[in-house]
Amino acid sequence: MLVVETTIFGISALASVAAGIAVFRVNSMARATFALLASFILAAVPILLLGLTFLGVIVILMMIMEMMIMLVFMIMYMMNPAGLMPMKMVHNNKMSFIISVSVFVILAVGAVLTPWPRFGAPSDVDPTQMIGLDFMGPHMLVMVVIGLVLFATIVSVVVLAQARGRYDRYGDDLRTRPPNDPVRTGLGR
Amino acid sequence: MTLSLFLILAAALFAVGLYGLLSQQSIVMIMMGLELAISGIIVAGAALWYFVVPGGPNAEALVVVALTAMAVEMAVGFAIATAIFRARDVDMVDSASDLKG
Repeated sequence: MLVVETTIFGISALASVAAGIAVFRVNSMARATFALLASFILAAVPILLLGLTFLGVIVILMMIMEMMIMLVFMIMYMMNPAGLMPMKMVHNNKMSFIISVSVFVILAVGAVLTPWPRFGAPSDVDPTQMIGLDFMGPHMLVMVVIGLVLFATIVSVVVLAQARGRYDRYGDDLRTRPPNDPVRTGLGR
Repeated sequence: MTLSLFLILAAALFAVGLYGLLSQQSIVMIMMGLELAISGIIVAGAALWYFVVPGGPNAEALVVVALTAMAVEMAVGFAIATAIFRARDVDMVDSASDLKG
């Protein structure tokens, strides 16, 4: 059983990193998005192997949705339609490569050499139940903050992305009446 | 399967993301690099739950926070990309280097 799990882990880990590298090597933004999606899903397989079913499934589902939305934006801002031309838009490529390789080496050496401690024994409680009770109990503050952050994100994203805000309509002191709209609103236009 | 292998996978994902973050010029490609780096953190958090603190839910909460950071990062990143594209027709970081803080 352990051999099977280790094999699955090895394959998915290598494929996940390979898909991650492919993100920056393919010639089209759409392909890059799907490579990123593949990388995320393959990175969720080790999480499932650890027994964290809920979190693994959440990662997979959320990443599929997120990448589908991202794909729309990617195509919106695509500078190379259909990947017909080589797409390479990098600055300081060599130094970036050196930095990222050295960061990987440092982190990997640290991961191997550190004598990792172990706190507590594995409990019989299902990890999904554990996190559910935790978020409704001791870690409720985390859940509350996440909710507030997500709501603030919705508001700020709409404000940032809209073409004409209230200062465009009502003037800098917000007192211009009627609002300065390109098309008059209301009945009897 | 040992903790070291999981952490090496996490480090590899983080390093690939870091490369994209540092080298790409397009704003959306930089966001892809950021997402890859956070994905490495999620793998590391799950591994720490299994191998270091198996009894408690703290590492799981960390993974949920990282997932939220990923979603927020993507939404805000695209909003900023849209805003600067509307204002200046810019979709490359090099054209917006005057925003450097």
